[in-house]
Amino acid sequence: MENNGWNEFEIGAMLRSFDGAVSDVATTLQEDRPYSRSNSFTASVADWRIEKPVFNKDYCIDCQFCWIYCPDISIISRDKKMVGVDYDHCKGCAICVEVCPTNPKSLLMFAEQEDEDKVLAEWPTKEKKEK
Amino acid sequence: MAEKQELRDVEVWDGNMAASQAMRQVQIDVVAAYPITPSTPIVENYGNFLANGYVDGEFVMVESEHGAMSGCIGASAAGGRVATATSSQGFALMVETLYQASGMRLPIVLNVVNRALAAPLNVNGDHSDMYLGRDSGWIQFDAYNPQDAYDLNFIAFRVAEDHEIRLPAMVHQDGFLTSHTAQGVHTIDDDTAYNFVGDFKPMNDMLDLDHPVTHGVQTEEDWHYEHKARQHNDLMTKVFPRIEAAFDAFEKLTGRRYNIVEQYNTEDADAVVVCMGTSVETAVEVSNELCAEGKKVGVIGIRVVRPWPHAQLVEALKGVTAIGALDRSSPNGTFGMLYNELAGTVVNGEEKKVVTNYVYGLGGRDLTKVHLREIFAELLANAEAGKPTTPLQQLIGVRGPKISFH
Repeated sequence: MENNGWNEFEIGAMLRSFDGAVSDVATTLQEDRPYSRSNSFTASVADWRIEKPVFNKDYCIDCQFCWIYCPDISIISRDKKMVGVDYDHCKGCAICVEVCPTNPKSLLMFAEQEDEDKVLAEWPTKEKKEK
Repeated sequence: MAEKQELRDVEVWDGNMAASQAMRQVQIDVVAAYPITPSTPIVENYGNFLANGYVDGEFVMVESEHGAMSGCIGASAAGGRVATATSSQGFALMVETLYQASGMRLPIVLNVVNRALAAPLNVNGDHSDMYLGRDSGWIQFDAYNPQDAYDLNFIAFRVAEDHEIRLPAMVHQDGFLTSHTAQGVHTIDDDTAYNFVGDFKPMNDMLDLDHPVTHGVQTEEDWHYEHKARQHNDLMTKVFPRIEAAFDAFEKLTGRRYNIVEQYNTEDADAVVVCMGTSVETAVEVSNELCAEGKKVGVIGIRVVRPWPHAQLVEALKGVTAIGALDRSSPNGTFGMLYNELAGTVVNGEEKKVVTNYVYGLGGRDLTKVHLREIFAELLANAEAGKPTTPLQQLIGVRGPKISFH
């Protein structure tokens, strides 16, 4: 936040979501919306996370379960195709991993400092169903 | 479209009816209420008007006064003209939300019919609830009779809703003494009354879907202080000029003059009492009688309790030596609010003042003309002596041996 004075903000315990007027916001992609500085979309909470979900597109079937279940709108999906994870807002709750139905899972949790290429190269293989 | 009412030039109304008629005339969008004695008839009458087609807005029955003010806050943030009424215990239950309303800068008008606070339970008038709200960031107007209660509602809406102000306002009247005492009230016709307040102009309203806003946000040590400073600054500097302007416009419209500090016989007065509510009228009557006897005694009525009219009182008290602060609320362990505020107001002046405190009228106990004659006699003795000749705080009208402190 800039160091504005006490008389330089709008009165009331009130914050605007967008700079200026918006229309059709529901059909506008997040990255194209004119979010204001005070909107939580412009703040990164990546440091709340100790484990991160990593996405492996090789096994994804675009079922959108992760997108539906993510409590922080941090699964990026475009035209019903899974694109990846919004690491600025993901808090590492692992719900996306839990609900992923593929075998092996297309999303797995790794320590925050793990290298993405390395874990993708070492991705687990298909588990045999026990009879 | 709401039906109009044809009012006689003078209607016989009690303070409650006067307040509900004013609320009808300004056409409120949402009233969320939980009726409580002695303010019950305000919302009862209003509900009646609404049911009979005289109001277009919504009346929301809620589960408590906390819910009533919360409903008002939501409706006001959504962008409507909003008002309600309460008293005493209900007011106490509202307190948490009163701070929300003012901090969120929502121009809600609250009619407070003043009543004592339990225990012991009591439904009669004193100023305990008014005093409870004095740090809540609201503007507080005080009516002395049903006419004031009617007129001050229009002033309250006009000032509160001004985009330079955007602060909620209370209109106080004394429980039963004003609220249930029918008197002749000079009316304003529906159109003129509505136009005095004007159409509600929303600001940052949640129903403006092109400009989405979040109301009631959290700020910690980084921004909370700035918000409070801004609100305090606006109360201290912006409110009085707007009230003055509204009083001027109202006088032009109706011929009735209101002042932030009402003065009666104060020119060359040696001693004055400072009080609020119906006591002002009793004190003025006694002051008139004493003036006719050649005694220089006057009365100052506080019309606006918050913001505190420091500068106006400094001016009004010029030349006055003895001041009696009459508090109709138990201070519970200190001096009365009016005593403390007045002492703070005069302490840095060049003239030496003698300020004493009288606690009176708790739970609806009468303040009689005999009491006021005794008070004026003591104050004149203080003025003569140039120092207190009585204890600094006295409780008057209470049973048993004299009770006083300091």
